[in-house]
Amino acid sequence: MSEALFFQEMTEEQKYEQFMKRINAGEKIEADDWMPEDYRMTLIKLISMHGISEIMGALPEKEWVPKAPSLKRKLGIMAKVQDEMGHGQLLLRVAEDLMKPLGKTREDIMQDLFSGRLKFHNVFHMEAPTWGDAGLIGWLVDGAAIITQTNMLNASYGPYARALKRICAEEVFHAQHGEAIIMALAEGTEEQNAMVQDAVNRWWEALLMFFGPGDASTTGTSKQDTTIKYRIRTKTNEDLRQDFFTKYIPRVLSLGLKLPDETMHFDQDQELWVYRQPDWNKFKDIIKNNGPKSQERLGLRRTAYETNKWVREALNTAN
Amino acid sequence: MTEPVSKMPIDAKVKPALTSLLYQLADDDFILAYRGSEWLGLAPHIEEDVAFSSISQDTMGHAAMFYQLLEDLGEGNVDSLAHARKAAERRNAVLLEVVNGPGHYLSSAQYDWAFAVVRNYFYIQAKKIRLDSLKNSLYQPLAEVALKVNMELYYHLLHWKTWFIQLMQAGGEARTRMEAAIRKVLADFEGVITLGPLAKDMAEHGLIEPEDVLKQRWLLTMKPVFESINLAVSEADLAMKNGNGRIGEHTADLDAALTTLSEVYNINPAASW
Repeated sequence: MSEALFFQEMTEEQKYEQFMKRINAGEKIEADDWMPEDYRMTLIKLISMHGISEIMGALPEKEWVPKAPSLKRKLGIMAKVQDEMGHGQLLLRVAEDLMKPLGKTREDIMQDLFSGRLKFHNVFHMEAPTWGDAGLIGWLVDGAAIITQTNMLNASYGPYARALKRICAEEVFHAQHGEAIIMALAEGTEEQNAMVQDAVNRWWEALLMFFGPGDASTTGTSKQDTTIKYRIRTKTNEDLRQDFFTKYIPRVLSLGLKLPDETMHFDQDQELWVYRQPDWNKFKDIIKNNGPKSQERLGLRRTAYETNKWVREALNTAN
Repeated sequence: MTEPVSKMPIDAKVKPALTSLLYQLADDDFILAYRGSEWLGLAPHIEEDVAFSSISQDTMGHAAMFYQLLEDLGEGNVDSLAHARKAAERRNAVLLEVVNGPGHYLSSAQYDWAFAVVRNYFYIQAKKIRLDSLKNSLYQPLAEVALKVNMELYYHLLHWKTWFIQLMQAGGEARTRMEAAIRKVLADFEGVITLGPLAKDMAEHGLIEPEDVLKQRWLLTMKPVFESINLAVSEADLAMKNGNGRIGEHTADLDAALTTLSEVYNINPAASW
């Protein structure tokens, strides 16, 4: 009680100092705790984007759910995409709690998505024209997601860290599911082999972009310094991209697949992978909803949202 | 792999009725799970997307178990049973193959949630009654599968019943839409209830109870629910407007669905995927 009173008497700067002391000591911040406005806004942006990306991420795979080529694969991909929706739900709940003091709700998140104010992850704007893409998304996109999410498992914001723990555990299964599809294709007929190589070629640039630009000079803005300062993450975008190369390049090559970047190699002196930069202008364009499938997928969600308006209204009447 | 697992020798006289029943069970669940998978990402809210996709996944799992029983009887492997059979060979009820609503599952889908709720609720209730009966089937492998499937049906039923009652009680536009969906579903519900031309044999061989017993049980179970929401439904409302799927009569919706669901399989049916 006396401590609470004492806290109320603090100046904003003192509160900030105490907050930084807490997170630097590894303490978790909870939804009802005091937090700097900048921290709250950073989390809202990060977590609502993460949540909505999980939900929009169901759409490229959605195409392949009914088309999966065996009962086993149908069941596998159904389970996988269901998990992704579940992650979206979990994360949006975390974001909603953070938004509550601002008077914002799930409805605002959806409207922000439709208006383009809320971005979703660059990979989910891309095309997935073959079954090879369905496998590759599970294998490498989820593989990349595991790397970025593991980087935030010790996030200073408790609710997000706990959600990520569960999400990462499930993503491991997704990566295995994707890898199993890719292995079957890689060990299969020539046509199946070609399907995987095509998918790798198609997704390579998007996978490089997945981790975001190396620094703000590339795209004009980057939140990574803020998120590191607030102990939401530890590694930089480039660190994560390098981790991804170290983990997956040997695996890609061991399946007899070729990397669509002939300059790619590991530089022993720098202990870094050297690679050709993706076109970051294209990246900026994609996340502005000008990617190959951005409008179609947003349109699908928007139409469903409008078509189901009567259901939400009926539920509001009933409650 | 296809070693017979049945614990009782299959009498040649029983086999046609048994396989006919299994095809109905497998094809019903398979096509409805497919329709459910088209809804993915388009449900009224995210929580429902998670729940509905879980139910569709269970239902696809049930279809796989029934196809496995057919494989064990020498009807062919599960994946060709699910993917390679033409519409005329399918034995699912027509109601379950009908599209979810206007549009395509990848673009401009304007799916009808009222139809989804009514179709799923009415069907799951009929499936529950059917499987309760199958728990006592003299064909032991089927009785065992029925027991497993039944455990999941409790939740499916609760889910759809909750939606059904809530939307019916909401009044206004919801009630109007729901009543239209009920008319549409009942117009083909006889096609779900019927066990086809071999129904009598199925009952005589102790595979499942007589069709009419199951039908009356469905009507009796639904009666208090209908009464609670002030809805009059009589036995005469049940019809088979768009054909009898149990004898291979189907709509163009099924042809389109089969093309989609077997698109990758058909690239090379012999390949390992």
